[in-house]
Amino acid sequence: MKEIKNLIWKDIKLELRQQHTINTMLLYMVSTVFLCYFSFMLRISSLEAITWNTLFWIILLFSAVNSATNSFRKESSGRHLYYYQLAKPSSIILAKIIFNFVLLLTLSLVGFLLYLAFLGNHVQDYRIYLLAIVLGALGFSASLTLLAGIASKTDNSSGIMAVLSLPVLLPLINMLIKLSKNAIDGLEISASYDEILTIFGIDLIVIALSYLLFPYLWKS
Amino acid sequence: MKKYWWKFLGAALLLYSVIFGFLGEVPRKEILNETIRMTYFHVPMWFSMMSLMITSLVFSIRYLRKGNIVFDTYAASFAAVSVFLGLLGFITGMLWGKYTWGDPLPKDPKLIAVEVGLLIYSAYFILRGSFEDEQKKARLSAVYNIFAFASFMPLVWILPRLTDSLHPGNGGNPAFGSDMDANMRFFVFYPAVIAWIIIGTWLATLRIRLKLIQDRINE
Repeated sequence: MKEIKNLIWKDIKLELRQQHTINTMLLYMVSTVFLCYFSFMLRISSLEAITWNTLFWIILLFSAVNSATNSFRKESSGRHLYYYQLAKPSSIILAKIIFNFVLLLTLSLVGFLLYLAFLGNHVQDYRIYLLAIVLGALGFSASLTLLAGIASKTDNSSGIMAVLSLPVLLPLINMLIKLSKNAIDGLEISASYDEILTIFGIDLIVIALSYLLFPYLWKS
Repeated sequence: MKKYWWKFLGAALLLYSVIFGFLGEVPRKEILNETIRMTYFHVPMWFSMMSLMITSLVFSIRYLRKGNIVFDTYAASFAAVSVFLGLLGFITGMLWGKYTWGDPLPKDPKLIAVEVGLLIYSAYFILRGSFEDEQKKARLSAVYNIFAFASFMPLVWILPRLTDSLHPGNGGNPAFGSDMDANMRFFVFYPAVIAWIIIGTWLATLRIRLKLIQDRINE
């Protein structure tokens, strides 16, 4: 536990010192939202709820893929060898997942606020929408961290990253869009139990698999 | 003869299922009519694809546990043949859908699931292509194979049950139980399933042998 805490703390400090990922990603988020705003300029009022929702999740998905790609590239491979000797691989992956989760959650919340400000508001039930964002950030961070680990071993890591992660994330994004559509329509929470359970299940599977598979990846 | 009897069995069953698939008696159903014969080809291809994907997964897990490079060749070959069968199943499904649903690619959760599955395995082969080192390639692609398979499963088995699908057995459509009568199932459908699984395995073993011989020559 202490090991995990130290590793997370190390990642946070590194992030604050370099301010590299978080600023890039914030700017990425702002520019994409602004791009959408600009492209829909005169038609914001006639933007339908379903387009609004899908667009938001696509922006989040691409920001998540982009930010996770960096999670193993920030440090040199020599430094990785050093951690390999110091810490257990399972605590490294858990620390990375938790760190990425916090990062992604911050990004998505900032993105959500910006999106609300620029593209109008369709959401009726904020609690369920925020729940969808939290569950989404958890699932994204768990699967993308492992895939970033795989991609970082190749030469063309950003291209490979996109190719590997998009098909894997499709089931999750499908359920998230359904759940957030329910939130937009203001349905009772009991109507979305199925979706919440499925997303939670997918999140658990993905976390468990990352935990089990990462030691093999870490060896090389 | 002892070792390869199953290849004769597979070929014979396939020939049998093709002949009886086209000539045998089938129940007359509205809309379906003669297209019901597609169940002898389309569905067994999917069964075979799924079983080869699971075999590929098992070999990936065995590779990670044992570290024997041969298991990686097995996993990759089974995956390649399952993609091939998946494409065949996709094409036959499109052909059938054109005449029964009036659209070769309707918006159906099962179709989406299969498209995603094919994307995942294409990504698997691209990943394999981007490494030089054999062991590294084997290890990382095994990790991806297991991870991708596990995230693909909810898409195939859970999501279509939550939403309506045009496929038999989902969303109030009749399942095969009611469309196919017992004769159809026992005498043609089950032999066809076994035949396609054997043929798929045979194709995969041929690929494996070819790959192993090539490796030997390169050494």
